Amino acid sequence: MNLEQALQIVSETDPGMVRSHNEDSVASDVSRGLVVLADGMGGYNAGEVASGMATTVIVTEMQNVLDRHVSFQADPQTGQSEAQKLLRGHIAKANTSIYQASQSQPQYSGMGTTLVVVLFHDNKMTVAHIGDSRLYRMRGEELRQITKDHSLLQEQIDSGLITPEQAKLSANRNLVTRALGIDQAVEPEIHDYDTLPGDIYLLCSDGLCDMVSDEDICMALQTLGANLKLCAQQLVQMANDNGGRDNVSVILVKIVRDYAAPSGFLAKVFGWLK
Amino acid sequence: MAKLILSMDGLILKEYTLAKERTTIGRKPHNDIQIDNLAVSGEHAVVVSILNDSFLEDLGSTNGTLVNGQPIKKHFLQNNDVIELGKYKLKYLHEQTGHSKAADFEKTMVLRPGAMKAVPPPAAAPSAAAAAPAAGAAPALTPTATPAATSATGAIPPAGRSFGDTAVNQGPLAAAAAAVPAAPPKPAAAAPRIGVLQLLTGGNAGKALELVKPLTTLGKPGVQVAVITRRPQGYFITHVEGARFPVLNGKTLDAQAHALADHDMIELAGVKMEFYFKT
Repeated sequence: MNLEQALQIVSETDPGMVRSHNEDSVASDVSRGLVVLADGMGGYNAGEVASGMATTVIVTEMQNVLDRHVSFQADPQTGQSEAQKLLRGHIAKANTSIYQASQSQPQYSGMGTTLVVVLFHDNKMTVAHIGDSRLYRMRGEELRQITKDHSLLQEQIDSGLITPEQAKLSANRNLVTRALGIDQAVEPEIHDYDTLPGDIYLLCSDGLCDMVSDEDICMALQTLGANLKLCAQQLVQMANDNGGRDNVSVILVKIVRDYAAPSGFLAKVFGWLK
Repeated sequence: MAKLILSMDGLILKEYTLAKERTTIGRKPHNDIQIDNLAVSGEHAVVVSILNDSFLEDLGSTNGTLVNGQPIKKHFLQNNDVIELGKYKLKYLHEQTGHSKAADFEKTMVLRPGAMKAVPPPAAAPSAAAAAPAAGAAPALTPTATPAATSATGAIPPAGRSFGDTAVNQGPLAAAAAAVPAAPPKPAAAAPRIGVLQLLTGGNAGKALELVKPLTTLGKPGVQVAVITRRPQGYFITHVEGARFPVLNGKTLDAQAHALADHDMIELAGVKMEFYFKT
């Protein structure tokens, strides 16, 4: 199913004010409803290689599969939707590619990347993430963080050691507990969510959320939601105005209208004819 | 690495480095920081250090623990905090060295409890050169680390313990983290002057609006909207939506942001307004 009429997607990525390299990587495919954002890490330019591999592998592989009319029905036995299974499989593939490259080439040793992938299908989205890149949802007046970071700081918050307010003062914000490509296997966190027309989804690297407060992100989405391109530029600009100490990447996805999967006899007939 | 400086009546008595995961404070001799004074409980308080963050916890002491004059049960220590136990004061100092390297150190690193433990001490020599590739070196040294070791759930207790056990490991990591400014960056200094927008025509003619928010939208949603952004460099106007673009000093703007100067005239959705700086 082509989602070009249902979704509006823009992305921006910027090296920031301090770094010379941009180790972030973004990719999107509006017709298939797929967006990917990765924030690489590793010496010299290995971070760029890792994040680039992650987005390329996932987007190209998923494109091949999605063109083959996959049904996204949930498996009644495991409760896992087909979309979750697909994402899990392709993330594992990306992980293997990065891991093998880092093992075989010394200059890539130890490279890895964070990852957020969102696949929109049938008025739902399947979200997979690893590390501290985030997905936010703007619905009505409310901005909510959908993903929970895999980071030391988040674990400290969860265990009650520090409060979210204190976390803003912590200097340990750059330590992630999971990353793609640093081990033979990786466990992505995958969930399904319902979407509504009018929702705006924000995928971002830590360069945005470390530099710009949630209130300011919310304000930008609220006031500039009508012009997504400008909104994305504004978010990057706010991060840079506040110091821009890391690479900044944002992807904005606006749900323009319903995109329920066609069902019933007629749809199946059209599916065959296609 | 963070330090505690013990003093009484303004007289500095001793300096302690927070090298251990748990640094205990109390009257009894087995404490790391022993304060032999009857106002101090046997086991009075403890400082728990995780990487370069330190937390002070009162252990149910008889006379309590104050931080910056406030009684606390548990406290996330910040640079220059003053801890008071009876007449004694402990000042918490957090070294901020190597600022020039901050950009390198701040790069995201993977924290792997298993890998951290396995790093041999030489690799963890606390030199700046060793600190930078620390994250990169760890996986290479332990290619056999089990996936279980990296699973996030329940990773915290082993992480904390492994840092405590292998004090040497704390060197580069703590140094790396110490290079990061403890406080998040404050929004860049506000524009030197506050801009004001005064409506000249329309229903609200005469009204003045102070532009204090980072973003202020003008116009009618669905018809014509522009936004004024407040940045460290000053104020900028940008077209957001609508077929017609805002007019600035008689000239129609394009899609780019335009800087606003004192006494600029803006025309938008049929309403004229003047921008000026508050004096």
